[in-house]
Amino acid sequence: MDFNAEKSVTVGNKGKGIRSDCHITLELTNEGGRQIAIESKVQVLYGDDIRRQVNEMLDYFEIGHVKILIEDSGALSYILAARLEAAVRMVKPSVKEYLLPMLPENQYHTSREKNRFSRLYLPGNTPSLAINAGIHKPDGIILDLEDAVAPARKFEARYLVRNTLRSVDFYGAERMVRINQVPAGLDDLEYVIPHNVNLLLVPKCENTEQLRLVNERVAAIKARTGNKEPVWLMPIIESALGVMKAFEIAQCENVVSLAIGLEDYTADLGVKRTQEGNESFFARCMLVNACKAAGIQAIDSVYSDVGNMEGLKENVLRSKALGFNGMGCIHPRQIKVIHENFAPDKDEIEKAKKIYLAFQDATEKGLGVVSLGTKMIDPPVVKRAVNTIELALKTGKLPVDWKEQMLTEKA
Amino acid sequence: MKKCDNFVINAAGRKVPTLVNGQEVVAFKGLRQHRPAGRKYASPIPTCIDYPDDGNKIVPSLAEALKKCGLKDGMTISTHHHLRDGDLVSNMIFDIAHDMGVRDLVWLPSASFPCNDPLIKYLEDGTINRIEGSMNGPLGKFTTLGGMKGCAVLRSHGGRVQAIQDGEVHIDIAVIAAPTADAFGNANALNGKSACGILGYALADYMYADKVIIVTDNLIPFPCMPMQVQGNYVDYVVQVDQIGIPEKIVSGTTEVTKSPDRLLLAEWTARFCDEAGLLHDGCSIQSGAGGTSLSVGIYFEEMLKARGQKARFAFGGSTKYLVRMLENGVLDYILDAQAFDLEAVRSARENPNHIDLSVLQAYNYHSKGNYTSMTDIMILGATEIDTNFNGNVVTHSDGLLLHGIGGWQNCLHARNVIIPIPLFRDRIPVLVDNVTTLCGPGELIDVIVTERGIAINPKRTDLIEKMKGSSLPIKTIQELKEEAEKICGKPARPRFTDEPVAVIKWVDGTVIDTVWKLEK
Repeated sequence: MDFNAEKSVTVGNKGKGIRSDCHITLELTNEGGRQIAIESKVQVLYGDDIRRQVNEMLDYFEIGHVKILIEDSGALSYILAARLEAAVRMVKPSVKEYLLPMLPENQYHTSREKNRFSRLYLPGNTPSLAINAGIHKPDGIILDLEDAVAPARKFEARYLVRNTLRSVDFYGAERMVRINQVPAGLDDLEYVIPHNVNLLLVPKCENTEQLRLVNERVAAIKARTGNKEPVWLMPIIESALGVMKAFEIAQCENVVSLAIGLEDYTADLGVKRTQEGNESFFARCMLVNACKAAGIQAIDSVYSDVGNMEGLKENVLRSKALGFNGMGCIHPRQIKVIHENFAPDKDEIEKAKKIYLAFQDATEKGLGVVSLGTKMIDPPVVKRAVNTIELALKTGKLPVDWKEQMLTEKA
Repeated sequence: MKKCDNFVINAAGRKVPTLVNGQEVVAFKGLRQHRPAGRKYASPIPTCIDYPDDGNKIVPSLAEALKKCGLKDGMTISTHHHLRDGDLVSNMIFDIAHDMGVRDLVWLPSASFPCNDPLIKYLEDGTINRIEGSMNGPLGKFTTLGGMKGCAVLRSHGGRVQAIQDGEVHIDIAVIAAPTADAFGNANALNGKSACGILGYALADYMYADKVIIVTDNLIPFPCMPMQVQGNYVDYVVQVDQIGIPEKIVSGTTEVTKSPDRLLLAEWTARFCDEAGLLHDGCSIQSGAGGTSLSVGIYFEEMLKARGQKARFAFGGSTKYLVRMLENGVLDYILDAQAFDLEAVRSARENPNHIDLSVLQAYNYHSKGNYTSMTDIMILGATEIDTNFNGNVVTHSDGLLLHGIGGWQNCLHARNVIIPIPLFRDRIPVLVDNVTTLCGPGELIDVIVTERGIAINPKRTDLIEKMKGSSLPIKTIQELKEEAEKICGKPARPRFTDEPVAVIKWVDGTVIDTVWKLEK
């Protein structure tokens, strides 16, 4: 099929190593009807299905004369739909959106205090990685429209992210999108807010005005679509200025946590990012302090050596010791290590159990002071123990009936 | 002569021929139903009169050796596959046959590899009539599109030696590529630049063939020890520069999967075995060299070690991970028919508990017992599994023949057969209503582990009972199939003609299914 280089557009990916995606070349013509060529790796099984879907979409967008070449490497139908819609929009401005049904299992919401140990970054324009992301049970899944998408692909990525939010089962993970830097990122919101996103990551955040703009646009879209559920914000602090403004940012409406982005931060400082992280020690402490002062969660940067599980573990333990509540990950293999090491360890749980029971005992007896043996326990220590127990329960490190079990052991 | 004729519906409900390439065959009768009759096949009685007293059987070239063996139209030539994708010898045979103008040969490899794709031209020009063995990649596609003159016959490794032993296949000439040999024909695979460790697939060939040729690139003075091939069976020895490309023979090192999805399958598989009580002191296991299987093995090692237990034997192919288990005392024996990496080759050479085993001993169903049925845990793969737990390993859902059976059918006889597979590959569901080609009856497949849930065969009420209350996601196979179709959409079926291109043999030599030519 021959295309006019000036009039035709291309979207998607093809070639060696590309899976679950398709590449579409499209050109509007004035006559000749619909010429649709399909070259698919799954031709025998889904060739007819692909052709039917393409025709349905062309009907929807009222396109009668067109040349389309689809080079398919096993794209699921929501991926094909995203690619074709992006191509159509490039040549035919329209306000109509081609929306596939929203999966009912994706219509859940998250709370401000939700556990956020791990959040898995997925490049917004690489469909193969999103399909199975949820089965690895990260606390959150981030569809990234920012750094992981090349500038020339930002347009098509929005359609894919939108369709992913609707059609891919997130298996209970918090549904997150990293938008582009404000103000450009505000336009991303149209593609994600109506599709039940739980949390937005706002990159390169340096002032509260950026967040005010995001909140304002989110509220406008929600009002239009009748959506009343909260959309939480996780600003990412990635510069010296951002670090200095961390506390103000942490106090903004809908902000549930701050994340730190150390690649950009160290670049801003003009220093090298090291394994030990001394260069970012101040920034990390500052961020943790700002978050705790504002009563929100502090989230650490990603650990980029995906093959090094020992290094990741050390990193997590250091991060936890500084007061962070979670960190990003860029490979599903990192999730387990992050969960296991952010979760309270055996000693912490054992200690917390004793304090918790002593606290319960004191409360029942109406005592003002909690004591363990001859030692008095301060209220903040009690609070920490209660938090530890809650986390241990949430992460399955402690059975629900642990109190009964302890009593039986004693007996 | 028609490729196939006299079709019947066999006990598995599949339409199969009872006349294949002019030879009568038996349709599958159901599990444990077919009893062979008669005596084993034997090669003609040789005499020392015809062989040199000094034991020197060397002839200057493979061409001359083939001529001396009387190579002519219609003969069956067997080879073994332990040089894997690095094999240079199989193609040499047919280059020579082609130059001699010989036609209608039958090639009986124990497996074929992409390196054998050049043989397509000899299938096209009639030098080779058909392959009885496995057809991978382009050879498989060529076959499924009806390119082969005869009907291909696919057998398991055990089925191949059963067919040779029972005389269903008569080998005129066995050509055995040997990494080390002496002039008498004793040979092994432990030493030499093309060392591949074990020659577990060659035993039946040289015992039952009329003529046997050893081809080696490492000729040493008599005696070649240990003798994995006994020279008393050998007619001629040929020395060549190179029998294989070393880096394609064994991988320098096999690696566990880095795919997070496959790692999850491996972890769940190991946890399943553990929770169901299958992994215990003295247990026996087999898992292959695929990335997922290797990872399962590593989990097994950790679990056994943590409990101070060990496995009695591991079976099938060996890798550096099995070798590590053996050397760390978590495993007593490796019973080995093929070495997958250099560490495994080293161990086979050095460790007396790493035992060289032939498939004739281990897999042959027409034998007085079978190692596979004594194995506790068997980890296998599949291209498709249907809702009755039937399995396919040779064709893909689009109907193309792309893999051999390997030892898969034989291994189904283990006590617990567990298949970790993704629910779908790209867009193609692995769980289907009906397998495209039936290779193994569902009665023998116990557990399917996918990334979205684990299905236990309903007949395994013991396993279902044991897994009650498990935190693993146990689902029915129907639920899993529906989940796959919800994600991928319901696939269309490939359109076949009524022309058979290959038959699939069961372990007892009966025909379990037919592969049909695809519509263009």
